[in-house]
Amino acid sequence: MALLDFANPTRFLSLSARLIPWTAGVAALALALGFTLAFLAPPDYQQGETVRIMYIHVPFAWLSMFGYSMLAASSLGILVWRHPLADVAHKAAAPIGATFTFLCLLTGALWGRPMWGTYWVWDARLTSVLVLFLLYLGLMALRAAIDEPNRAGRAAAVLTLVGFINVPIVKFSVDWWNTLHQPASVFRMGGSTIDASLLWPLLICALGFTLLFLTLHMIAMRTEILRRRVQVLEARAAAEATA
Amino acid sequence: MTRKGRRLILIGSALTVLALAAGLILTALNDTIVFFRSPSEIAEHKVAPGARLRLGGLVEAGSVAKQGTAVRFTVTDGNAQVPVTYTGILPDLFREGQGVVAEGVVQTDGSFKADTVLAKHDERYMPREVADALKKQGHWKEGEPGGPPAPAPVRSTVQ
Repeated sequence: MALLDFANPTRFLSLSARLIPWTAGVAALALALGFTLAFLAPPDYQQGETVRIMYIHVPFAWLSMFGYSMLAASSLGILVWRHPLADVAHKAAAPIGATFTFLCLLTGALWGRPMWGTYWVWDARLTSVLVLFLLYLGLMALRAAIDEPNRAGRAAAVLTLVGFINVPIVKFSVDWWNTLHQPASVFRMGGSTIDASLLWPLLICALGFTLLFLTLHMIAMRTEILRRRVQVLEARAAAEATA
Repeated sequence: MTRKGRRLILIGSALTVLALAAGLILTALNDTIVFFRSPSEIAEHKVAPGARLRLGGLVEAGSVAKQGTAVRFTVTDGNAQVPVTYTGILPDLFREGQGVVAEGVVQTDGSFKADTVLAKHDERYMPREVADALKKQGHWKEGEPGGPPAPAPVRSTVQ
């Protein structure tokens, strides 16, 4: 159980304190480089300059699914191993994932207007991503609605795993049904359909946003651990005051 | 077996059942989840005039005729064609050979009166020079929008 040894809140606090400056630094460098390359990359043969929205839209889309997968993994930690750090990881990831999903929807709408001619259509891809966003919001609301923290965590974990069915639907919606959204360009059978001159800036931006996500997640987890400790101390102080 | 193992198996089987149920529902709803119909499907199902639907396919080369803001073009999927009339502003990507999704009503003469025309692009992204080079070498195939008669996608790697 070598991995589980690290899943100790105190160990996590010291490990994340050392990691955060590095992940934050590399994220800033990757995003600075990625954005520079994104503006230097040639325009697309069809979409022209508008294609540059891809460099932020696609990382947000990937991370919206990555974030939810992280929630699902934490949910297994909550339900199977009953591990407190899994609950902290779950609670901390939900608002970050929701934000990335919202940014994916927003940048997608701004891209859709000039290219497709509409901000929004109810096709399978767009609708399933909206469902993903609503799942994130529902998870946060469910947690907030239950006062007892352990029960709140378990209820949110069950809902997370039920909602995980939606992640493959988001990914394969463009293959299973005809949609206005085009099929996958990067993670597909037969390799990427994006020319290398446009693909590299995209991958560097994606690396930067992934590290940004992980950095924010670690900071949020630390805050949550400390918040819980303060609550315990306050409860203890209140008990002593009445005694 | 440990309690953790039991919990894992319980969650695993519950999710499997859930995934199967979701799969069955989505398969049953297949007809309503698809965003558009191809010209072949419309010909096959003999859609009644007055029916409102979305028609998707490629704008047939040489079929676009503009008169002010009124435009006529033909949508094809390689097997069947549907003539479309539309009045309004077309999206920037609209051109011959391009994928489009038109929303409107089937007319009595079998044509399609669209009130919305959306452009659909494929999954390929490349600079203009690369696209020109591919066209010159004869590696170019116009992308087909999704749907039953979709051909194998073309790889755009530069030789």
